[in-house]
Amino acid sequence: MSGFGHLVRRDLGHAFAHGGAWLPLVFYLLVAALFPFVIGPDAALLARVGGGALWTAALLAALLPVERLVRPDIGSGVIDQLAIRGLSDEGIAAAKLIAHWLSFGPLLMIATLPAAALLNLDGATLTRLEIGLLLGTPGLAALGLAVAALTASLRGAGALIGLVMLPLAVPLLIFGAGSGPGALKLLAATSLLFVAGAPFVAGAALRAGRS
Amino acid sequence: MTRLAFDQVACFRGGRLLFEGLTLALKPGEGMLVTGANGTGKSSLLRMAAGLLAPAAGRVERVGAVALSAEAAALDEDKALFAALRFWAQLDGRDDEAVALALAAVGLAQLAQVPVRLLSTGQRRRATLARVIASGAGLWLLDEPASGLDARALGELSAVMAGHLAAGGVILAASHQPLGIEMRELAL
Repeated sequence: MSGFGHLVRRDLGHAFAHGGAWLPLVFYLLVAALFPFVIGPDAALLARVGGGALWTAALLAALLPVERLVRPDIGSGVIDQLAIRGLSDEGIAAAKLIAHWLSFGPLLMIATLPAAALLNLDGATLTRLEIGLLLGTPGLAALGLAVAALTASLRGAGALIGLVMLPLAVPLLIFGAGSGPGALKLLAATSLLFVAGAPFVAGAALRAGRS
Repeated sequence: MTRLAFDQVACFRGGRLLFEGLTLALKPGEGMLVTGANGTGKSSLLRMAAGLLAPAAGRVERVGAVALSAEAAALDEDKALFAALRFWAQLDGRDDEAVALALAAVGLAQLAQVPVRLLSTGQRRRATLARVIASGAGLWLLDEPASGLDARALGELSAVMAGHLAAGGVILAASHQPLGIEMRELAL
């Protein structure tokens, strides 16, 4: 359906319009750069905690764009106009989910290359981290979108978004930073669950917000 | 063939019954002006007609494509006016020429490349109307289309509405001001 692709393109263009999409990337790199200062120049220790540190940074970076995912579009009447044109609320949410992931997921994966160097991660850890981010960031995007839609009608939702989203992201963090053989599979499963569920949760929230 | 019909519709908002037993039918070429004090449910009526709000009772029947001009312009603030309108036109399956014609009809042709955020209140209203015109929809739902318009823009609005009715379109408008066009009135 062309309306779906149109919406993805519009949202993606929107994310990059003010350089807003670069914020999570810069934030992620900054956290990665700060860690060696805090932990100290112990290369072995850095390599051991680096993966977990980058996952935490990725989660916090994914929080940044959440507030302006849904709320501005409700306020400006864009969601209403899309609904009038026959797009389902779930379809709108799915398009937003794809655009949201495209605006930060791939960038974080690229930024992980210099970040891994800052934290003295070896090749195997880096590969595992990249695969983990590829599997996990869609789940983060889905969580962000669902929370954005659920909190869209609330005043001062900014702080609430973090409070709602961070606990729900715990499984992604555990399996993403975990090193067991099954961790990646569990990460993929959790991420898939979030991605499959988020359009329905967000769609229902959009619908409820209209009445 | 465009049609809009309300059958014994009731509206319940925020714990209050705004109206009930509302019945109306609009055939091609017919327009209706909804009047009433603030908070009597004019906007809710239009949102029901657009299918955005479910009636508390009764039935709303709509045939054909619908375009709604509400308080929010639904135009991306950072984009140039033309680009912002083109997003919706493309969703509606309309080409750039339809957008250019719509801009000309509301007298905004020379502002096509100006970012939406720089438009004044009245210009925004007219841009919203241009979005409705460019959609090519048969049923127009206009919520306070004349608010913020100067005398000349009001004349253009009347002309555009008259043209739409003459072409077999249907208009349901809610307004406090006279729109300069003969339509049936519905007082809420």
